[in-house]
Amino acid sequence: MLDGVITVSISSDQDIVQARQKGRALAMEMGFGSGDATLIATAISELARNIVSYASSGQITLRVDDGGNRYGLSIIASDEGPGISDIRQALRDGFSTSGSLGIGLPGVRRLMDEFEITSQPGRGTIVTVKKWKQ
Amino acid sequence: MEVPILKQGAVLIATFQAALSDADLNHLRSALVQQVVRFRSRGVIVDVTAMDVMDSFASRTLREIAQMIRLRGAETVIVGIQPEVAFAMVQLGLTLEDVPTALDLEEGLDYLNKKFKKMH
Repeated sequence: MLDGVITVSISSDQDIVQARQKGRALAMEMGFGSGDATLIATAISELARNIVSYASSGQITLRVDDGGNRYGLSIIASDEGPGISDIRQALRDGFSTSGSLGIGLPGVRRLMDEFEITSQPGRGTIVTVKKWKQ
Repeated sequence: MEVPILKQGAVLIATFQAALSDADLNHLRSALVQQVVRFRSRGVIVDVTAMDVMDSFASRTLREIAQMIRLRGAETVIVGIQPEVAFAMVQLGLTLEDVPTALDLEEGLDYLNKKFKKMH
């Protein structure tokens, strides 16, 4: 069983590539199939991009979770950016404040098994998503 | 990162690599459009077989490439989207809208050649 935590600092588009490559490598190492590894890498790419566009810098943490008889990969995207004042609105399809596609959060939620967000205006945002290994 | 752009007759073929950053994609977009103008190309094939992630930025850039090239009077085909990538794109809610896609390079060329014939 793998354990450990990988943290990638995110402040540029190059870091987005780094983070998703590390995520894919870890997923494959954990025994996820290439389909799930692609979903995981794509989710990381979107979460990291949100950090760069809304908060300018933050970090992506990849963590192997032991759930007893199964285990999963958690991705924690955290930043100290402006935060989100209306989370429900941010989770609606088509909503965007940065002039991007507005696909971000609802799309990422569909890619993964679990999704959690906490945000405080002026303090930052933490998005935690998880994929369980089938 | 340099992306090879190959000229084959009236068609340009661009092969995208796996780890493209946003800056790489932006660079590619302008390089491709410039080449289309320079060679008076009528078709462009963008081969994304090697791309292991297609996120919102990458798919938007592909749509923009196709739209810019269409404004020049040429046609773009995206080829080689991997099945896992297609699945992730659908889950994420990404589309390429009206940009044509084909299975591989050969079918992409086939598609363009048929289009060119129709124009005569």
